[in-house]
Amino acid sequence: MIRLEPLKEVSKGLLYVTPAIAVIVTILLGTVMFAVLGKDPVQAISIIFLEPLTNSFAISEMIVKATPLILIGLGLSFGFRAGIWNIGAEGQFTVGALAGGAVALALHEVEGIWVLPLMCLAGILGGMAWAAIPAFLRTRFNTNEILVTLMLTYVAVLLLSVMVHGPLKDPEGLNFPESRLFHESAILPILIEETRVHIGFLVALAAVLVAWVILRHHVFGYQVKVMGQSPRAANYGGFAQQRVVWTCLMISGGLAGLAGLFEAAGPVGQLVPALPVGYGFTAIIVAFLGRLTPVGILLSGFVMALTYIGGEAAQIEMNLPSAVTGVFQGMFLFSLLGIDVLARYRIQVSRPAWAAEK
Amino acid sequence: MKHIIRKLITGTATVALAFSIGIASAAAKTKVGFVYVGPIGDHGWSYAHNEGRLAVEKAFGDKVKTTYVENVSEGPDAERVIQQLAQSGHGIIFTTSFGFMNPTLKVAKRFPKVKFEHATGFKRAENVATYSGRFYEGRHVIGLIAGKMTKTNTIGYIASFPIPEVVRGINAAYLAARSVNPAVKFKIIWVSTWVDPGKEADAAKALIDQGADVLMQHTDSPAAIQTAEKKGVFAFGQASDMVKFGPKAQLTAIVDDWGPYYVSRVKAVMDGTWKSQDTWDGIGPGMVVMAPFSKRIPENVRAMAAKARDAIASGKLHPFTGPINKQDGSPWLKAGETAQDGALAGMNFYVEGVEGSLPK
Repeated sequence: MIRLEPLKEVSKGLLYVTPAIAVIVTILLGTVMFAVLGKDPVQAISIIFLEPLTNSFAISEMIVKATPLILIGLGLSFGFRAGIWNIGAEGQFTVGALAGGAVALALHEVEGIWVLPLMCLAGILGGMAWAAIPAFLRTRFNTNEILVTLMLTYVAVLLLSVMVHGPLKDPEGLNFPESRLFHESAILPILIEETRVHIGFLVALAAVLVAWVILRHHVFGYQVKVMGQSPRAANYGGFAQQRVVWTCLMISGGLAGLAGLFEAAGPVGQLVPALPVGYGFTAIIVAFLGRLTPVGILLSGFVMALTYIGGEAAQIEMNLPSAVTGVFQGMFLFSLLGIDVLARYRIQVSRPAWAAEK
Repeated sequence: MKHIIRKLITGTATVALAFSIGIASAAAKTKVGFVYVGPIGDHGWSYAHNEGRLAVEKAFGDKVKTTYVENVSEGPDAERVIQQLAQSGHGIIFTTSFGFMNPTLKVAKRFPKVKFEHATGFKRAENVATYSGRFYEGRHVIGLIAGKMTKTNTIGYIASFPIPEVVRGINAAYLAARSVNPAVKFKIIWVSTWVDPGKEADAAKALIDQGADVLMQHTDSPAAIQTAEKKGVFAFGQASDMVKFGPKAQLTAIVDDWGPYYVSRVKAVMDGTWKSQDTWDGIGPGMVVMAPFSKRIPENVRAMAAKARDAIASGKLHPFTGPINKQDGSPWLKAGETAQDGALAGMNFYVEGVEGSLPK
């Protein structure tokens, strides 16, 4: 019989190294997969993981991809530390984009440097409002926030679809389901000329810093940790769990909403039904791969962005199927969780009791 | 030692020569890029475009190199994918879904020398052409067949999104079915997706449960045909001939044949004669093709369908010929009047007799 025994002392250093080991294991597994597929594994791995790093266009696109992943991942990390499982960042992302985008469309052709900040505010509030539903249901009726946040994702995507088919539809768009292109003052300024890297990346970096300070030095960071480790102790500690639930969901909802608005007002420049492409879900992997630490999330956001960009390049250059990206992301999470188990537990192999009796 | 050096030099020279020949032949090749919204294995829309790509390869052989990217979402990723193709030396790029319109135009602005072809859109530029098929012509033909084949007088219609293309298809099929069977009714289910075999199959089952004995679909997978085959009702293939998924169920299919168009446009790029234009071709020019009519259709119905198909091809018959009223009873086309392309391109209403309302 194989049993897992928890180790009494888990090496802290090891826990920081495991994500790197997971990346290496994933690459090794990928090599095997490509070999089985009959593709040159060395070429495939280098196209996916190295080539994008040598090409300035690919790097700029990695930043574009990493921006929403980092923002959402950061928000999620607070709740995940406290054991509050917001699985529906995708929905909050969508509603944020919708709310901020609606402001942009309402102010169409209105000039003013206040337009963008107003849109950002609407995006944050939209995401928060969507996250407020599971927060209310959990604190009032003790419902499971995993289910509620996940289910609300589908509602959010349909809500976006309804709006771009109806009220927010481009009046000159021949009835096609998308909004007009945002006016210039509703488009995020570009950071690097000739690329799509927008100012949202700076916001993401600032958010990393703020999150680091809060987790390190603010009492809220401490409360989140205690609640995650021992909800009962948190009660004795005298701080209201309900407030932590609300705060965590507001942070994750707000940041996801802002990320959604950044996508709409940045790379896309309008509201389209296909705006949500799964960043809210990928950000869950980003948060865990980054060990729920702000700097870790910054790095893992880039690693995940790399798998997207590299996966596309592999499709273009080697005719690999597009599923490669998803397979790699799945392998990442799987190896990370697997290696975590090995780092935290010891495998005990013993003969089962009935066998020993004989 | 000298010997070795000489060997090295000649060796390097050979490699350099081989390399430069490689580059030269690569430069002579026209690179053709394709961006698909779905997987090429959908057996529908993206599959048909990929067949067009293969036709290009077949027609030009070594003179072209084709590239495709599948499953590109119509969100933030499209622009990058198109730009990557433009950057990597593709001379002409086909973006094959409506949602790629704005990303295509954005990239086209940055790459004025690259030619772009956007399917089903309406925005053009100096280096961006648009093209689409008059699929409603095919819908007319299957409408006639469905009207004759239904015993329950109920046709099930699996629709994707309420855009003009889809609404036009419903109207065309309904008008044709009613013209041969005044008692016919359409039941429409909107599945809000282009490809999702699970949802499509569920919709097909629901429609059959509601009494539909002929199914039509404006979604891309063969799921509806497979369901129809299992339940013993009829259906029509979408975008490609799906007869192998329902040998008994499929009555015919509206096949998108992009091959000839793609070949002609790639040739235009090679000859330097490419110009931005809007192409909307139907059965006549062969962009829309009817798959062989099933033997399960009675002889006379087959003859009627073939006659309508040929009349459309020759321009004698227009599927939208008045008198046609809108759903609310207000007149749309006077007797004998045919619909203008502009009105068809923006069609956002049901014709009289179609029940229900368009999803908003």
